[in-house]
Amino acid sequence: MPGDVYGMLSSLPEFGQLALIMALMAAFLQTLVPLWGVAAGNPLAMSYARPLAAAQALFLMISLVVLAYCFVQDDFSVAYVAANSNTALPTPYKISAVWGAHEGSLLLWVTLLGCWGLAVAVFSRSLPLVMLARVLGIMGLVATGFISFTLETSNPFERILPSVPTEGADLNPLLQDFGLIVHPPTLYMGYVGLSVVFSFAIAALLGGRLDAAWARWSRPWTTAAWIFLTIGIALGSWWAYYELGWGGWWFWDPVENASLMPWLVATALLHSLAVTEKRGLFKSWTVLLAIFAFSLSLLGTFLVRSGVLTSVHAFASDPERGVFVLALLGLVVGGSLLVYAIKAPTVASVGRYEWLSRESFLLMNNLLLLVAAFAILLGTLYPLAIDFLGMGKISVGASWFNLMFVPLSVALTLIIGVGAMSRWKQDKFDRLTRETGLVAVASLILGFAAPLLASGDMNWSVVLGIGISAWLILVSLRDLWSKCRGQISRIPALSPSFNGMILAHLGVAVTVIGVTMVANYSIEESVKMAPGEEFTLDGYRFQFVEGGHIEGPNYVSDATHFRVYDGDKLIADLHPEKRRYLARGSIMTEAAIDVTLLRDVYVSMGEPLDNGAWGMRLQIKPFMRWVWLGGVLMALGGLLAMFDKRYRRKEQPAADAALQEATA
Amino acid sequence: MKRVYLFVPLIGFLVMAGLFFLTIDREDKDVLPSPLIGQLFPEFDMVALETGEPIQRADLLGKPALVNVWATWCPTCKAEHAFLNQLAAEQGIRIIGINYKDEDDKAKQWLASYGNPYQGNISDPDGKLGLELGVYGAPETFLIDSAGVIRGKHVGDLNAKVWKQLQPQFESLQ
Repeated sequence: MPGDVYGMLSSLPEFGQLALIMALMAAFLQTLVPLWGVAAGNPLAMSYARPLAAAQALFLMISLVVLAYCFVQDDFSVAYVAANSNTALPTPYKISAVWGAHEGSLLLWVTLLGCWGLAVAVFSRSLPLVMLARVLGIMGLVATGFISFTLETSNPFERILPSVPTEGADLNPLLQDFGLIVHPPTLYMGYVGLSVVFSFAIAALLGGRLDAAWARWSRPWTTAAWIFLTIGIALGSWWAYYELGWGGWWFWDPVENASLMPWLVATALLHSLAVTEKRGLFKSWTVLLAIFAFSLSLLGTFLVRSGVLTSVHAFASDPERGVFVLALLGLVVGGSLLVYAIKAPTVASVGRYEWLSRESFLLMNNLLLLVAAFAILLGTLYPLAIDFLGMGKISVGASWFNLMFVPLSVALTLIIGVGAMSRWKQDKFDRLTRETGLVAVASLILGFAAPLLASGDMNWSVVLGIGISAWLILVSLRDLWSKCRGQISRIPALSPSFNGMILAHLGVAVTVIGVTMVANYSIEESVKMAPGEEFTLDGYRFQFVEGGHIEGPNYVSDATHFRVYDGDKLIADLHPEKRRYLARGSIMTEAAIDVTLLRDVYVSMGEPLDNGAWGMRLQIKPFMRWVWLGGVLMALGGLLAMFDKRYRRKEQPAADAALQEATA
Repeated sequence: MKRVYLFVPLIGFLVMAGLFFLTIDREDKDVLPSPLIGQLFPEFDMVALETGEPIQRADLLGKPALVNVWATWCPTCKAEHAFLNQLAAEQGIRIIGINYKDEDDKAKQWLASYGNPYQGNISDPDGKLGLELGVYGAPETFLIDSAGVIRGKHVGDLNAKVWKQLQPQFESLQ
């Protein structure tokens, strides 16, 4: 009986939606009450910021958990579940399917925003109440906008009634993977985390107070968001590497660009905040970077799903969504830039510095990072603009991005090391050359030695890549050596900020080495191989042991067994697969990779040929891991710096009094 | 600093936002956009991916077809591929591929791995033909009639939902 269908349904999804509506109301109040409190000088109203932020976060979490539960329970009456899950899907993937498409990833996005708000509410005891009220009020405003967007255009709890499908369409097989369980939440944590420093910046502009204390509050939050972004980008690249089956690790696809742009600007912001905190300079610039960083995360997350740039991405385009997103972007970005334009003159910087000083190097670093971000923005939007102007259509490919990005990275790597060891205010050219002269010579030698040792042939891009990495590593170590006065046992006693910086800079060098080696010395071969046959590539002997067949929970798979020998020594048993996912009929290549620090051996299956033979793709990729290892080191460096004691120190009462005065 | 300069970021953003707004509006008419609609498919002189033989516009004519722009570097193309296979196998739709800014070896291996829904593929490693067609990303799909006139275009992946909208138009083509 069709009527019975309603009786059998759980009303849970409606509770999820209700929780989302409650969250919207909490967010709205979180904006209204504290900001009114600030305007009216009412501390009681201001003190509502914390509990309201907590309520908003709680309701959002309920909503997200309910959606996840609908997935686990295979509630196909929910349209979003039916479109992205299947009874045969393993449970971990049912949960990650929550963010497998637009609606759910948006819900995740706003939930993480709520969590950051909660974190600010909890870890802000040192913050004056007025500042806290402003910061949380602004975060509430952003949340109000995006929760309404979710409810209005992308409600994940929408039902298919009365004809409930009995089976779901399954999650896109590309997304059925560990990398995709962790990659989007991490990246979103980073995107959304930038909202905190953004809110701090706007709050400071509104209050007219932008000083060292403000920079000190903002720094750990910026670093936290930056750490998530760094890890998120590295995870995304790693996922593309093993899941797309071609062994590439960066594609300059708009979605990747969307994550790289805020990362570049957030990196610039980290450094500019340092100048603002230590020297009281670059204030206006720092605020602008904070606005840019969050704006680019918004642009990144939402542009790719607004119908403007969908061409290269799987998210469905919907003009209604596009207009809504644009209106939101206009409000948040346009509004904050307007506040900036009006209020920035009130935060003039005082203090001077010479052209050869740490300030100058950091300014150069900022400019290079910003130019890089701008180049990527241009490359992503240029085709759109040209098309719009009716000047014909063009496409921007990887070659353009590499042309822009590589020289900028080289310049940046060169100045990082010397910038980090230079002195504030004024440095001496003599001192810098004295301290780094030997290091420069050593880097040159290492640079020239690298290609000769690696292949025996001269290769200029390797000389350059290894040379600048060696320079950065040696200068950083030299700096560390002089700071600990030659005693390694003193290193832990140096400030965590300093050690974190050194670690992160070493991470940059490690990534540059990885990129250089992989780009220049990767070897690949496509060969036809039958069971029992062998093929030797770059000294590695690949033996095709046997072919087989595997039945997975929601796929069937052809699997092969390979043994890889280095000389006579067996170094790896590899099992590459070719899977056919049943619900969608799509075919996925599962590469098998043997990993060491110095090289990846990458085996993936191509096409089946006659008599059990397969077209196989064999690759040796030297130093592949270094590309991501560098990212991990950068993130660890950030983590160290974040836990510097001075961020946890309570603000001096004098500053509090000054603030009360300023806002009274 | 002069105060006017402080408005530069805002103005820059407003220009960009305006551009987005107008673009969204255009995307709205996605099924029938682009100055190419109603015009002949551009002349070209390329080689076929599979055979390496020359291929020209004349080879496209005779029956209505979907011309699908794809590449192995494009994750969305991978997502789309299964549906193209289905279209070719189950509905007998004639699909011509343009392998866009790609390497022939990779493309061949891809087709062997994931199935080949294409009646033939034009190899376009430098994006020359793509440029003439105004492709700004992959995948894109053009609907052409038997005389080689472009009748429609879809940007983004072809899936069951999109096909539902395109199918009546495609079936009406001569």
